[in-house]
Amino acid sequence: MSSVLYDAQGPRAKRRNVVLTVVFLAAVVAVVWWVISTLKDKGQLEWVQWEMFFTSTEPWSTYIWPGLENTLKAAALAMVIALPLGAVLGIARLSDHAWVRIPVSIVVEFFRAIPVLVLMIFGLALFAEYTNVSSDDRPLFAVVTGLVLYNASVLAEIVRSGILALPKGQSEAAMAIGLRKNQLMRLVLLPQAVTAMLPAIVSQLVVVLKDTALGGAVLTFPELLASANTMSGYYGANVIASFTVVAVLYIALNFALTSFASWLERRLRRGKKSTGAVLPANDNQPNAGAGAGPGI
Amino acid sequence: MRGGAPGRASLHAEAREIVFDFLEDYDLLGAFWTTVQLAVLSAVGSLIWGTLLAAMRVGPVPLMRGIGTAYVNIVRNIPLTVIILFTSLGLNNTLGVTLGSNEIETTNFRLAVLGLVLYTSAFVCEALRSGINTVPVGQAEAARAIGLSFGQVLSLVVLPQAFRSSVVPLANVLIALIKNTTVAAAIGVAEAALLMKEMIENEAQLLLISAIIALGFVILTLPTGLILGWVGKKVAVKR
Repeated sequence: MSSVLYDAQGPRAKRRNVVLTVVFLAAVVAVVWWVISTLKDKGQLEWVQWEMFFTSTEPWSTYIWPGLENTLKAAALAMVIALPLGAVLGIARLSDHAWVRIPVSIVVEFFRAIPVLVLMIFGLALFAEYTNVSSDDRPLFAVVTGLVLYNASVLAEIVRSGILALPKGQSEAAMAIGLRKNQLMRLVLLPQAVTAMLPAIVSQLVVVLKDTALGGAVLTFPELLASANTMSGYYGANVIASFTVVAVLYIALNFALTSFASWLERRLRRGKKSTGAVLPANDNQPNAGAGAGPGI
Repeated sequence: MRGGAPGRASLHAEAREIVFDFLEDYDLLGAFWTTVQLAVLSAVGSLIWGTLLAAMRVGPVPLMRGIGTAYVNIVRNIPLTVIILFTSLGLNNTLGVTLGSNEIETTNFRLAVLGLVLYTSAFVCEALRSGINTVPVGQAEAARAIGLSFGQVLSLVVLPQAFRSSVVPLANVLIALIKNTTVAAAIGVAEAALLMKEMIENEAQLLLISAIIALGFVILTLPTGLILGWVGKKVAVKR
């Protein structure tokens, strides 16, 4: 294999690779052995800690599925509200009128610069003081509010860079045939930008899904992580087992979404109908905004 | 204040008084200092561990590539909150890991740094890798063609370009890390978000408290983004 860092390997490099592999494998085995023996010493690998996940449906039906349901509900609500809001903010940031562009830019940069947990804590107190939302519903409302405020700003940036990524000829051609600004945006730029943005939007869904866990840990929102915590208490503090199961669920869910995003990205890049402008799925890309970067 | 409406002037004075009371009653600066400490220590740690991971992922040894890729894919897809809560409940309570401290506050702080490093390093690895990926293969091929050795290709041609394009993605990771330090509130580290929660529970000044905490984070993240974004643009390789 060759890359920008090294050439295709000859016999000497291959021998060196074998040596490196053996040394590295020894190190990995040592670490794994150490982890397993530590877990064993503390009695965390005994079957009694793990059996309920395999032999009964109780942990699943009482704790895991309801928690997962809340996680998905909060993430879906947040995304459904944040998407149109983000689209409006993103387009407003591209406005020709300074009195629209500047305030919206300040709002977007402000909410991107603040941790989502701070927004959630603010939301919880806001609903407690100024509304009559019942105290059972407040955590959900607070989590969704925090996620919406933050992710609408992030999505605004995605929408903006999606539109800016389109070739200039698109808007020039649209103006040349006499379309109005509103028609240009609605008929020419947005439809193409939406396709270009899809991978980035799906990736943002992963961020939203992960951030719902904050609600469980700090705001008593009964989502997957919080229910795992309750569950491990109920089954006699099998923390390692409970967290492993929950982590596997999160990984499976998010990995599926991440893979879907990169599949979308590859497909859109190949497609003949698009202009070739595609926003990448991962969030480590240089972004055009002035201040805070995307959330991870 | 003179010449303004008298009600407004007294409102200002009142707000100023409240802010000074907050500074006396609550350790605002101390909480933000903890936030900064969390961010700096985790940034250094994740830069080291992330660079090692990146080296594993771009190296020629398939086993290292595999393990590096697996680590990044697993860690990136677990919520940071789960990792940080696990360091406290799993590592500390269950397995008795104390990270060399007898005080619970210090232990929790160190556990939070550990969690942040484990999580953030996956993103540092990807940022560095994306920098390396921006260097066209032709650059290295041309360097080999004029007879440069492996070390020369790396140090004179590939890495200088890769580092320059890594600045902006790394800056984004740093900003996300500063904001992610709030997750340490989940295991009781006395940083800004936990103080905010405590203040809101005790005082009836929701908007003012939130504005102060928000301003603190804006002061921490916005200049970081602006400065590093400017540096990134300045050193970027124009292609």
